[in-house]
Amino acid sequence: MRESIIMKIHYGTALGAVALVAVHILMRMTQNFDQSLQYQNVIANYHFLPYALMLEAVLILLSVHGFNGLRVILLELKQGSTYEKMINYGSVAAMAILIAYGSRTILMAGMGIS
Amino acid sequence: MAVVTAPNPSEELISIGKTSQSDTVILRIARSNPVEGQESTYSEFKVPVKKWTTVLEAILYVKQNLDHTVAVRYSCRQASCGSCGMKINGKPSLACYTKVSELKSNIITVEPMNNFPIIRDLAVDFKQLISNHKKIKPFIINEESEVTPESKEFIQTPKDLEKFLQFSYCIKCGLCNSACPTMATDTSFIGPQGLAQAYRYVADNRDKGKKDRLKIVDDSHGIWRCHFAGSCSHVCPKGVDPAMAIQLLRGYMLGFQK
Amino acid sequence: MAERLSNREGIKGMANPTRYGIERVAYWLQRLTGLGLLAYLIGHIYETSTIVHGKIAWDQMLELTQTTQGHLFLTLVIGMCVFHTANGIRVMLGHGGIGVGKPGQPEYPYKAASLNYKQRLCIWVSIGLAALAMMYGASVLFGV
Repeated sequence: MRESIIMKIHYGTALGAVALVAVHILMRMTQNFDQSLQYQNVIANYHFLPYALMLEAVLILLSVHGFNGLRVILLELKQGSTYEKMINYGSVAAMAILIAYGSRTILMAGMGIS
Repeated sequence: MAVVTAPNPSEELISIGKTSQSDTVILRIARSNPVEGQESTYSEFKVPVKKWTTVLEAILYVKQNLDHTVAVRYSCRQASCGSCGMKINGKPSLACYTKVSELKSNIITVEPMNNFPIIRDLAVDFKQLISNHKKIKPFIINEESEVTPESKEFIQTPKDLEKFLQFSYCIKCGLCNSACPTMATDTSFIGPQGLAQAYRYVADNRDKGKKDRLKIVDDSHGIWRCHFAGSCSHVCPKGVDPAMAIQLLRGYMLGFQK
Repeated sequence: MAERLSNREGIKGMANPTRYGIERVAYWLQRLTGLGLLAYLIGHIYETSTIVHGKIAWDQMLELTQTTQGHLFLTLVIGMCVFHTANGIRVMLGHGGIGVGKPGQPEYPYKAASLNYKQRLCIWVSIGLAALAMMYGASVLFGV
């Protein structure tokens, strides 16, 4: 993938994440802080489909943005074709693992599996 | 070649007494010879300076009177050639353009520019800067550049000229590459000098090679490794402002500029 | 040996925020906060995954995080997030050529147009917003 496309994705995910994380934080503030962290309230959030979808979106956007940023830092620190391939594939793998693990939480909590 | 005459010893004694006219500073010069395996050390010299003495004059005083073996590159003495780039008290600057008095310190440390291989002492190797500069095709690409009986001059209004003129003032001193935080670790990065020159040609209305150049800089070690730290523009002695050029070039690639 | 010969500053140079003004400090803080936020994201995903193990596991996790140290850490995360966002928007606009000035004839003392008051103001505003957010976050977390 051309670097310009990757960077456009980086900027796009940043803007998307800003908007959705703001919603995520505001949702926490609809209740008293301690109350909002109670088990039943958190589960209720996961059962609310639009919010669960939003959380999924935040997870994907932030994972992509974060690990791409880390990829950029690591590519600048050391160069070499093997190392660069390792970093590129490693970043994609890390994104996928984090998204999979987070999605598992959202799915299981949303479907009431615990 | 610049010639700096050492002050008469008696003049020196008189001038030290007159503290408003002359002073002495400690000049610490980094010495190294990688080819012979000599590790980097510092040699200290007491150098008499006057109000307008530049760092280059101080170094040449040392070379003339105290230690002939100091290796330093210089030429025009007027910030036109870009030869005397070095780190002065930790900041990349042109030695001929930096007055000792403006450093506001009695100890002046001069070291070779970072991110360039050292040849000896203060002289560094410019091979990578030149190869990165060549990489971005630093010439007008235009099919109609062959002169024929029907040829006319390329029309360029003052407004067209203003779009790229400032970036053409680059003297290839390398200070920007030395200051850049990405160049500190990324050996494949084109560097602010190369990227700014790429924009100089892209912005020139006589040039038709925009697509080629954008393809060259659209690389994992190209324009996208610039993060607008601005250090290059901070140290540029000619007001080229490479940071602006790079962001404007990126604007082309992101579709913000046409 | 090759690195010494190349005379690269290395990580020390990349991570040194001094010598070149507030813009270099902002670059350094952007990197630092980015790495910090990535680490927090991974921790947060793990922390919230305990919900699938039931109320007891969730409450145990809360006991770990709802402490003074936990709240202080979260306050820091709030600051990092706000700074990274605000400065990131400034950098993104700069990357598009917005707010970096216009090319012209350089005049002595050759002050760079891209390092203008707008950029410096945005950096200070980002730091200010982060500080304000941290204060507000601390007031909510510590119940002041």
